[in-house]
Amino acid sequence: MKYRIDIERYSPEKKSYIESFYYETDSETETVANALAFLNAKSNLKNADGQDAEPIGWECGCMQKKCGACAMVVNGRPALACDSRLSRCGKVIRLSPLKKFPVVRDLIVDRSVMFENLKTIKLYFEDNADFGEETAGIAYEASRCLQCGCCLEVCPNFIAGGTFTGMASAVPVTRLFAELPAEKIKELSKLYNKHIFEGCGKSLACRNICPAKIDIEKMLVNSNAAAVWKRVFRHQEGVKKWKNQDLK
Amino acid sequence: MNKINIAGAGLAGLSAAISIAEAGFSCNLISLQPSERAQSVLAEGGINAALNTMGEGDTPEEHFQDTMKGGAFLADPNAVEGLAYTAPEIIEKLLTIGTPFQMDGKGVVLRNFGGQKKKRTVYAKSSTGKVIMTALIDEGRKYESSGRITRYPHHQVLEILSEDRICRGLKILDTYTDEVQYLSGPVIIACGGLNGFFPEFTTGTVANTGDLAAELFSEGVEFANLEFIQYHPTTVAIPGKRMLISEAARGEGGRLFIERSGKKWYFMEELYPELGNLMPRDVISREMTRVLARDDCEGPVCLDMTGISKKTWEKKLSDLREEIREYLSIDPAKEPVSVYPGIHFFMGGIRVDEGHKTSMENLFAAGECACQYHGANRLGGNSMLGAIYGGRIAAQSAMKLEHENYEEKTSYHISAEEKQDFYVSPKSAAELKGILADSLGIIRNGDDLNKGIERIDNLLKDNNLTAMEKKRILLGKAMILSALAREESRGAHFREDYPEADEAYRKTTVSRMGDGIEIYFRDIPERRESHEIQN
Repeated sequence: MKYRIDIERYSPEKKSYIESFYYETDSETETVANALAFLNAKSNLKNADGQDAEPIGWECGCMQKKCGACAMVVNGRPALACDSRLSRCGKVIRLSPLKKFPVVRDLIVDRSVMFENLKTIKLYFEDNADFGEETAGIAYEASRCLQCGCCLEVCPNFIAGGTFTGMASAVPVTRLFAELPAEKIKELSKLYNKHIFEGCGKSLACRNICPAKIDIEKMLVNSNAAAVWKRVFRHQEGVKKWKNQDLK
Repeated sequence: MNKINIAGAGLAGLSAAISIAEAGFSCNLISLQPSERAQSVLAEGGINAALNTMGEGDTPEEHFQDTMKGGAFLADPNAVEGLAYTAPEIIEKLLTIGTPFQMDGKGVVLRNFGGQKKKRTVYAKSSTGKVIMTALIDEGRKYESSGRITRYPHHQVLEILSEDRICRGLKILDTYTDEVQYLSGPVIIACGGLNGFFPEFTTGTVANTGDLAAELFSEGVEFANLEFIQYHPTTVAIPGKRMLISEAARGEGGRLFIERSGKKWYFMEELYPELGNLMPRDVISREMTRVLARDDCEGPVCLDMTGISKKTWEKKLSDLREEIREYLSIDPAKEPVSVYPGIHFFMGGIRVDEGHKTSMENLFAAGECACQYHGANRLGGNSMLGAIYGGRIAAQSAMKLEHENYEEKTSYHISAEEKQDFYVSPKSAAELKGILADSLGIIRNGDDLNKGIERIDNLLKDNNLTAMEKKRILLGKAMILSALAREESRGAHFREDYPEADEAYRKTTVSRMGDGIEIYFRDIPERRESHEIQN
């Protein structure tokens, strides 16, 4: 199968332009990441018109959906390049950088704001965590967030630099709610309300977008329960014992 | 004192940064990509610690013994002792920062791992590295907020700055803006293993290029045990790389077999009745190579996980099953998976002492880039432990340095010409890989190694090589020369022309760049009397 890959390119010198490349493979399992790696490995890269082309800027790490480096927009949908099988993409594939972040070069964007947001919501323990078997499951799930930014790309409420920090912070913060001693969740709840709960339009546009297949709704429901509805994750004296299973 | 500079933000780098911040010092944490992208997040199976929560009477001393034996007694026993005896405290620390390890009503659950007779491996399904990294990244963020850790994301370390064999700092490039900047102060290198020397052949991330290691080697920093490369027995080829099937699959009951005379032959169980499929990785990889070469056997070797219970799949291996389904379109609970050994870990690297000091003053190294703890072969579950503990020890050593002030140079925009010095073409990387892969396979011999050196010397004749390409080829040559110099078989280094271990070679292979590449052997320290007596 011969694929035409249309790439939205950008460089400070050339500004924005679209350049197409051909890539041929019969493999069912090769991905957009394999195609980009192959094109860049050529000593004299030619575009679809046979003209010389610069290597394509993109970020890459594990090549197996575990590091989130290669997030981009594939045929209009945010995804990891290493999770986008060519055979499922159609003969003409359009690649563009994530739009919610400043473009650095071609498909590389500066996702610093995501990491700054995690500082804003104080995603860390001031004191020790306190958890057991009953909450390790939800903390595990929340720990799997790749910080790739795909969920932010589709979110109608997230703007880089805005108050609402989006699911890329709501998911990992679930771990803190699951592991903080009950008496310590007040401060985190305030930050959660301000930066997540109040800004989330509950559109659930981010549903089924996560490349790590994290159940975003489940994370959100758990954190909302703890932060907004004051239901703690585990047994506490005088409080009804609440189990994560209640929400399944 | 100047801030301590840490090159690399994976497990070892993060551990060093947090240790420094906890002690009230400050550091710069420099990495090309955020910690979330580090190879450490790929670590699957677990982390070893003799917690003895499974009622098997496990002790740190047994962890020490197993690690030494697994490494064919080539590791520094005093360093390994520190590792094994500190492991339970490290797990405790990871729990206090909320690492969601697998638990039951009684506490942390341990699983079996290769080369160890007792359950000693703490885990979180098959994503142990990811959850540890998440907890440590969050912990590090606390100190980023207080200013003790300053991150330099999207920065590449170009060179170390040195004067009279003393490390004075780093020269770094912002890959987003092309600005070059100098950071002065002691340096901890935590840049990961040499995956980039074997593109597509390893289970690691493609971002670990090995370029910084090559740079350090060319600066005269000593490397050690470069011939010891771990081939993990159960990997599968996926486009662009090899994907690991965690040792946890065998720890939970996975069995290797090959077709022999039309019947399934569970060769590991027959050849090694005691540990069977949980023999150390080098032994299994070699046996796989041997059975594949037999006339009465028909490949491939398969990993049979069909006997693993439904409950174990759900509770402990759900993400592994999902991954195999996704990439291979096979349900491992229903049919065996064809596997082949792939490069998984580099035991060798920058030579460090027990305090993680390198041969250059004020320069330290930790994690996979350093040669420490694993000897001739690493046990599963010891890499993350070694990275966390090593990062901590390197930090402690760096913090002991005297106060010094160095002048910071002004930054500048890198020229195209200078950038070219650090460029490595995919063609050059592929050529080097071809030679290294042919010479440094699972079973080696002098002829192949000599041929490798001849081919490397031919590569070096190319006048069009960039500076970095040349440095990488030289470090590659040091790998082959190390393998050639070790005329014995030990751990992951197997020479068919010298198939036995030779006590005379129970030494560290050291390589360094002088007028040419020099190889020499260094004695391994004796174990000091300490815990051994207390136990």
